[in-house]
Amino acid sequence: MASDVTRFNIQTIDGVTIAKFIDNRILDEATIQVIGEQMYRLVDDHGLRKVVLDFEAVEHLSSAALGKLINMKKKMDAAGGQLGMCSLRPELLKIFKVTKLTKVFNIYASIEKALKGF
Amino acid sequence: MSELIIYNQTFASDLHVSADVQKELQELWQAQGMSEMDLPDMQLALEEGLANAIKHGNKMDPGKKVTVECFLNEDIIRIVIQDEGKGFDPEDVPDPTLPENLDKPSGRGVMLMKAFMDDVIYNDIGNQLTFIKRCTFDR
Repeated sequence: MASDVTRFNIQTIDGVTIAKFIDNRILDEATIQVIGEQMYRLVDDHGLRKVVLDFEAVEHLSSAALGKLINMKKKMDAAGGQLGMCSLRPELLKIFKVTKLTKVFNIYASIEKALKGF
Repeated sequence: MSELIIYNQTFASDLHVSADVQKELQELWQAQGMSEMDLPDMQLALEEGLANAIKHGNKMDPGKKVTVECFLNEDIIRIVIQDEGKGFDPEDVPDPTLPENLDKPSGRGVMLMKAFMDDVIYNDIGNQLTFIKRCTFDR
């Protein structure tokens, strides 16, 4: 999988970047590696400080993907920015609830609710 | 009906080969008519189990093999993953939900398997994992 193939659809609303995942299953190592790198670039290279990750398309993700999301959150915190997540399906929300990562991430029901939280 | 083995594969500790094995099993489950509700759960547990066997069990040593077997008994799927590592005690894995571990990027695989499978069992030395799930099949 080439690393230059974008794994997100990006749009900006009211100064907030919405990065929508394209993959519906973020399970295998190669996909996770590419997604991690592209996610980190939003902060490191593009200097974005208000980012919402839109999970509407995502059905499942693995613990390795959770690790990338945690590192992304740390990166954003260190840069003084805000990171949100929105539109998680019930099965995905279960992963965050089981691991208690709902305490780490700001999770919103929809893009609209996420934008209000920023 | 007695339990049937429907898949048996031994492969080198390589995450790319593991991805191929996962694809083969996914296709096999779909061919059996596994529901769209159960399929992602099985895929998640398989990914976590194989990743642990390759990364933590065999320490990514390509000379060490991983064996995966899939058994089917009516609507019950049983997966056995064996690695050639020294094993581990699942009780020694730090609880990733404790406040001091919440921001650690790893250590959640076993917890996710337990959340999505009906049963998750390790052998005594911890280098053989079995997980079981009753699934819905459209046959």
